[in-house]
Amino acid sequence: MEAAMEEQINAATLPEKTKEQMRKYLSGKSVTQEDFEQILTAVLREYRNTRVEACEAVGVVAAQSIGEPGTQMTMRTFHYAGVAEINVTLGLPRLIEIMDARKEPSTPTMTIYLQPEWARDRDKAREVSWQIEAAPLHEFGDITIDMEKMQVAVQLNVAVCEKRKIPPVAIMDLAPRKIRERRHFRDFDSDFDEEKAFILFIPKNRESYQNLFQLAEHVRNVIVQGIDDIERVVVRKEGEEYILYTEGSNLKDAFEVQGVDTSRTRSNNISEIAEVLGIEAARNAIIQEALSTLGEQGILVDVRHIMLVADMMCMDGEVKQIGRHGIAGEKESVLSRAAFEVTVNHLLDAAVANEVDELNGVTENIIVGQPIQLGTGDVKLIAKPIM
Amino acid sequence: MGTPLNVLEHVMVPEHHIMSEEEIKQLFSTYKITTEQLPKMYHDDPTAKMIKAKSGDIIRIIRISQTAGRAESYRHVIKRSKK
Repeated sequence: MEAAMEEQINAATLPEKTKEQMRKYLSGKSVTQEDFEQILTAVLREYRNTRVEACEAVGVVAAQSIGEPGTQMTMRTFHYAGVAEINVTLGLPRLIEIMDARKEPSTPTMTIYLQPEWARDRDKAREVSWQIEAAPLHEFGDITIDMEKMQVAVQLNVAVCEKRKIPPVAIMDLAPRKIRERRHFRDFDSDFDEEKAFILFIPKNRESYQNLFQLAEHVRNVIVQGIDDIERVVVRKEGEEYILYTEGSNLKDAFEVQGVDTSRTRSNNISEIAEVLGIEAARNAIIQEALSTLGEQGILVDVRHIMLVADMMCMDGEVKQIGRHGIAGEKESVLSRAAFEVTVNHLLDAAVANEVDELNGVTENIIVGQPIQLGTGDVKLIAKPIM
Repeated sequence: MGTPLNVLEHVMVPEHHIMSEEEIKQLFSTYKITTEQLPKMYHDDPTAKMIKAKSGDIIRIIRISQTAGRAESYRHVIKRSKK
């Protein structure tokens, strides 16, 4: 292939991928200019033929293409997705979750990739996981309830603290503060002995046992290391590197942890992605999540349909659900909205607000029995008078 | 602390560029559209903040498409409506 042909390919109105395929196919082959022209015209013609026609109802095609295989999906699939006993919702429930744009999925999880220095070594990866996994105070020492003196005593285990890379002083400082701030329990005083790694919690009301036990419960469960929402972290080796899988998701805080690769780490919580990484990342997340959920069940749906759905969901700058609280509920036409769900409410509200239906869409024109603006129905004859 | 978060470097975030006046004019004339017809993006979107886009700007997004290889998209930056 000659340089001139390369230039012709670059200039052609073809998608990047097709150009790439042409270059790959033609490289190293000797083609005459004449043959090349023929090939290029054929490719161009083929490309034009495969494009969606103007006025084609792509939305309906997408709905059917996702809907029909969707009926084949197992209704309830709760299974362990192979990833070290972390439970992930899959199948139809997950697909519904994605389309409904839930604020929080039923099983939020993160896949945390590590930076090269941490990813190679199991111990290093484990170190990062300790910074992420929420660890309650009782894992760091012995908690005793002193009934006589009406106080809760915590003897920190220095060896455990060392292994977990957290200085005992940090725990001593953090524990009382977190009980107040995170668990909203304030009726106590605390004291600590730095040398003995000993913390003392004294309830303000020293008469009631109930109060004491309540305090002990808070002391036992207060999270002193890691990110609060992340209940469990599993370290797994994939290929050359160690990857952390978590139960619970908090991208923002996970990105702050040292050793976490902020360019690859992801979550399955789409609204969280929209918040932390922006709307375009959320669009990508919807496409990937939907595609993998379908693919997991052995259902092959063309990406184009899912891309269309994702585009619709992310069109207004935030993730909107498909359905009456999102896309379908915000349609211009009263009749179209009424035809979808909660008919009476829409008609009533429209009547009260004196709304006018312009009859521009498809649904409303079918309702009133007019030709719809799709396919040949959308083409209008425009005459250009000769001056 | 980990590396400071640059959302634009994340694999799921495509390229974002603020378009110049001329590019916008060109865009509107080739597709025969107006600003209202473009998809939207909030001014406080993490990517918009990162490239310092103001409301009213138009952003060119270069996506890595699974079908076309490379696809351009555009978003109009708007203020988030207060609820």
